[in-house]
Amino acid sequence: MSIVLEAHGIRKQFPGVLANDDVSFDLKKGEIHVLLGENGAGKSTLMNVLYGLYKPDGGEIRVNGQAISMSSPRDAIEHGIGMVHQHFMLIPVFTVAENIMLGMESVRGLALDEKVVAERVRELSRDLGMELDPNAYVHDLSVGVQQRVEIVKALYRKAEILILDEPTAVLTPQEVEDLFKIMHDLTNRGVSIVFITHKLKEVLEVADRITVMRGGKVVGSTTPSEISEAELANLMVGREVSLTVDKAAAQPKETVLEVSNLRVLDNLGTVAVDDVSLTVQAGEILGIAGVQGNGQTELVRALTGLARVSGGSIRLDGQEVANASPRRITELGSAHIPEDRQKDGLVLPFPVMDNLVLNTYYLPPFSQGLVVHWDRALENANQRIEQFDIRTPSAMTHVGTLSGGNQQKVIVARELSRPIKLLIASQPTRGLDVGSIEYIHGQIIKRRDEGVAVLLVSTELDEVLQLSDRIAVMYRGKILAVVPAAEATKESIGLLMAGITEKKPA
Amino acid sequence: MNKRRFYFIAAIIILLYLIVILIGSAQISPLVLLVSLLATTISVATPLTLGALSGVFCERAGVVNIGIEGMMLTSAFFGWFGAVFLNTIWSVPPLASLLFGVLVAIIIGGLLGLLHAWLSVSLKVDQVIGGTVINILAIGITGFLNRQLFFEKNSIFGGQIPHAPGVLPRISIPFLVDIPVVGKVFEQQPIAVAAIVLVIVANFVLFRTRWGLRTRAVGEHPRAADTIGINVYKMRYWNVIIGGMLAGLAGAYFTIESVPSFEPLMTNGRGFISLAAMIFGNWTPFGAWAAALVFGAAQAFQINLQQFRAVIPPEWAFLQYSYVVGMVPYILTMVILTGVIGKTVAPAADGTPYEK
Repeated sequence: MSIVLEAHGIRKQFPGVLANDDVSFDLKKGEIHVLLGENGAGKSTLMNVLYGLYKPDGGEIRVNGQAISMSSPRDAIEHGIGMVHQHFMLIPVFTVAENIMLGMESVRGLALDEKVVAERVRELSRDLGMELDPNAYVHDLSVGVQQRVEIVKALYRKAEILILDEPTAVLTPQEVEDLFKIMHDLTNRGVSIVFITHKLKEVLEVADRITVMRGGKVVGSTTPSEISEAELANLMVGREVSLTVDKAAAQPKETVLEVSNLRVLDNLGTVAVDDVSLTVQAGEILGIAGVQGNGQTELVRALTGLARVSGGSIRLDGQEVANASPRRITELGSAHIPEDRQKDGLVLPFPVMDNLVLNTYYLPPFSQGLVVHWDRALENANQRIEQFDIRTPSAMTHVGTLSGGNQQKVIVARELSRPIKLLIASQPTRGLDVGSIEYIHGQIIKRRDEGVAVLLVSTELDEVLQLSDRIAVMYRGKILAVVPAAEATKESIGLLMAGITEKKPA
Repeated sequence: MNKRRFYFIAAIIILLYLIVILIGSAQISPLVLLVSLLATTISVATPLTLGALSGVFCERAGVVNIGIEGMMLTSAFFGWFGAVFLNTIWSVPPLASLLFGVLVAIIIGGLLGLLHAWLSVSLKVDQVIGGTVINILAIGITGFLNRQLFFEKNSIFGGQIPHAPGVLPRISIPFLVDIPVVGKVFEQQPIAVAAIVLVIVANFVLFRTRWGLRTRAVGEHPRAADTIGINVYKMRYWNVIIGGMLAGLAGAYFTIESVPSFEPLMTNGRGFISLAAMIFGNWTPFGAWAAALVFGAAQAFQINLQQFRAVIPPEWAFLQYSYVVGMVPYILTMVILTGVIGKTVAPAADGTPYEK
């Protein structure tokens, strides 16, 4: 197989970091080459260099054996390189056809020729087995479909080399399967794919070859048949990591959270949580499994006082807290790790120090009367940074500049460093690398063993299965079943997640 | 622009007209009055329409332009100066002088657009502050030069306000103007006609052409545009310059089409009302035009009512006071901006400088 894309000795320096240090990488025709590494390992930097978004400080890029120089994505596109970015580069208020043609519009006279484009989009997408409606507005499409629009957009530009930057981070398990099918289909047609990820299971499932990056350098190259998941994890993180969660059997005690017949409407006024009842006991983890968008978000928002409850009751430690203020719920001993850490968990432009006292700043020892004792907040911050291993230049660094894993550690540090009875953790490891996941899972188990009741909401089935003592499956706003974790299998929960409660008679 | 908004606009205009016609019919036949109201509405709406189009181009590309007022005022002054200079110093015939004045106004507007683009796109100055700088600059420059050129003894005009070349003549739109009675509406001055043509052109450019698609793309999601090789800075520069030129043409309306003179501060907040029209029109050319017509109708209402002061029935006595009717256009502006008839949505990246 011939080499279609080759990067040799790429160096890219950002202020304070050497993001790519003498990185070499090559892609063969028709293969899926996985680029694996933790957040901040330099994968995205390398791909942005290959796509013409960053100018490298050193090194050479060859396409089909010819050295090329790139100054903008336009050059990359001309050389047949297409990229699907982690955060989609689609304009929500444009139609699918408009998004796809943008930058290489078909025109008749002066006017855009939308008919021709729509026809070609229809053809191209049908050909790939993922029919798209060219006249649909992107903001009406699900994330999975938006990703297909991105893929078609690249192929519409005649891309023969496709860079997929963490494409599975936003997808449901089913959508991931579909994506893999599409990827194989593409490689069969001669398209070569660079697949960036930090999810180990996926790597072994789809890769033809694997290159691992750490700290801006390539630390290894291999193939799926030569390496195990655990070895890959060690290579990626640079130390021994445990992929399984060690935990003792749960010792549930008194009921801490009791939800009965809860009803919550979403912001469009439709029923999102429908007659949900559940209990969580001290010292156990109740996991809620389900495909994204089945009411988990609204359930958590209602439990934490962020959404209005329109029916039913929530009792926390015996007290009614339906429609109570978030502060009251917090003061009763509930901790919350929110689903969207940047939107609901942190004030990004504030320093780490401030973010660590967001829910306690008004209480002694941080406040007395009208005065906030920032020296005590700083002391507190330095302790937490040490204790929770938050990698930050200082307590005064803005949280927004930290990596996702460290942002999450700031939230965990804030929520877990006060006496709590209930921990509500929603998607606690979304988008995090192996090292951070291991750490956060460890913290959750530790709280459970100390007698905290834990409600874990996750769309990662593996995570729910690993951590939970009991598993509830949510589907279309209802809890379909609650099963002890020991009896749950990936298959049985997966069926429930799809809304199938009973096996069809044979 | 949705239907509801359109009906709302039509209802306000009809209401304002009805009041005037009810009161004025004692003196003038309703049909003649209606024609006069329509003609005034279109004429008064002209600078607002052009100002709003200026805003539409800038903001669709992601640059807030609060300096339209200053661009109008500066262009009004220099356009006027250009026309007077040619006419009195070089003895160029009036019409040619006036057309040259319009050209000067457009160029000055474009240059101020370039300044605004440089401040907000290249220097990434806060765009509201950039626009305010232009407004303050406009007041200072026009006030100072007006005094120096027209009121100083040793200026080129010898301290005399020069004899004006007049205003642009009316042009008749063929065929339409021949319709009995109503035909008079189609006898308008050139900038008023140009404004309407430009609404249609702008709508086509923004929503049907490659340029428009790219402009809207950099106003919604500049990074997305960048990743497919569209030059965000270039698109923003050109659209702000086009916006400046439209504001310049609006400026020419004041001194070359409406009255043959320049007064300090004569734009009198029209640039800001244009922005209100742009927002109410949901950043679309036709919407902005419709909103501008509401303000035009409110002005026509005010002008006519003052004319019929003597015949206002006693139970409507409050309409006799000029300050009551004079408030109508501004009260309407405020009511409209409170969003009583639904929210409008600005381009997503409006006002945000793009960092590569």
